[in-house]
Amino acid sequence: MCTYSTEHVPATGSGKGPNGWFRLSEVSVYLDHPAHALADHTLNIDFINPAHGPSARVAVELTAQTARDLASAIESALAAAPPGLA
Amino acid sequence: MNEALTAETVMMKGHNGDEVEAYLARPDGTEFIGGVVLIHHLPGYDSSTKEMARKFAAYGYSALMPNLYYRDSPGASPDDAAAAARAKGGVPDEQVVGDVAGAAAYLRSLAGSNGRIGVIGHCSGGRQAFLAACSLPLDAAVDCYGGAVVHVPQGAPASMKPLIGLSENLSCPLLGLFGADDQFPTPPETAELSRTLDELSKPHEFRTFTGAGHAFFSVDRPSYRVEAAVEGWDKIWAFFGEHLAGKA
Repeated sequence: MCTYSTEHVPATGSGKGPNGWFRLSEVSVYLDHPAHALADHTLNIDFINPAHGPSARVAVELTAQTARDLASAIESALAAAPPGLA
Repeated sequence: MNEALTAETVMMKGHNGDEVEAYLARPDGTEFIGGVVLIHHLPGYDSSTKEMARKFAAYGYSALMPNLYYRDSPGASPDDAAAAARAKGGVPDEQVVGDVAGAAAYLRSLAGSNGRIGVIGHCSGGRQAFLAACSLPLDAAVDCYGGAVVHVPQGAPASMKPLIGLSENLSCPLLGLFGADDQFPTPPETAELSRTLDELSKPHEFRTFTGAGHAFFSVDRPSYRVEAAVEGWDKIWAFFGEHLAGKA
C-alpha cells in the first residue's frame, strides 16, 4: 500500500548527498514502499534541504526492526553522552 | 503483432498549460492505434513504469506517462523527485486530472490514433486512474489496487478525499484488479465500490486474486505474484482490446 503518511522533523545539521555535504533543513520519516530495499515496505528516512533541490537528499530504507534498533541506539548514544554535550 | 516500437521522452501540455515531461512509447507501422495514459505510482516516474509503457506499445497501443513530479523536480532522479513531492504533501488531485487530460489530448493528436483513450495506474496511480475516469471523458480505465478510493487512511494529507462519491461521473468501463491480501484497498472496500457502481449501472469488472497482496504486478519487488500478474495482464489486453483497439 501507499501509506501517504509522513512525519516531518525540522532539522539542524548536515548530510552528505551525491554532490557533497549540505546543510539539512528537514527530515521526512515514513513507512512505505522502498525504491531499492528488497521488502514490501520499509521505514524510509529522507534527510533533505528543499532549498538546494530534490537531489539534496540522504536517503535510507530500513526494515522495521532495523529502524527500531536505530531509534534505540540513537537514544542510548544520547543518554551515554557526558553531561552537557547532548 | 510485430512488437516493433519507438520510445522516447517528450514534452506535453499538462494542467494549467504547464510544460510537463512525459515518456511516450508507441508501436511502429500500425494504424488505428488506441492510446493509454499510464499514471506512475507514488515512487515516481521510474524505470519499471517506463517498462510498462513499452509493453503497451509492443501490444499495439500508444502509451504516455506524464511525470507528475516534473514541475518541482525537473531533471531529478525519480526517487529524489518522489521524496520531494512527498515532503511537500503530495500532488493535488486537480493537477493530476489536468495532466491526464493533457496526456489524452497528446495521444489523440498522434498520427494513426483512433481517438480512443484509456487510463491505467497502479497503487496511488490506481486511485488516480479512477479519479481521471470520473473527471474526464475516457473510453476505458484500469485501477490496479488503488487505495483511498473508498476510505482515506489516517495520516493522509488533508487534501486527499475519498473518491467513491464521484462514481456517478464515471465516464467509461472500469476494470479493477486487486489482491485478496491487500490492506489498502481491502476486499471489503473494493466490494463496496463494486456495489456502488452496480447501483449506478456503471459497467465494471473487478477481479481479486487470491494469494496476492498489494503491488503484485511489480516485477522488481518481493510483492510480485506471477499467477496474478499474468492473469492480470491478460485481463488488461482483453479489456483494452474491447474498448480501445481497432478502427473507431
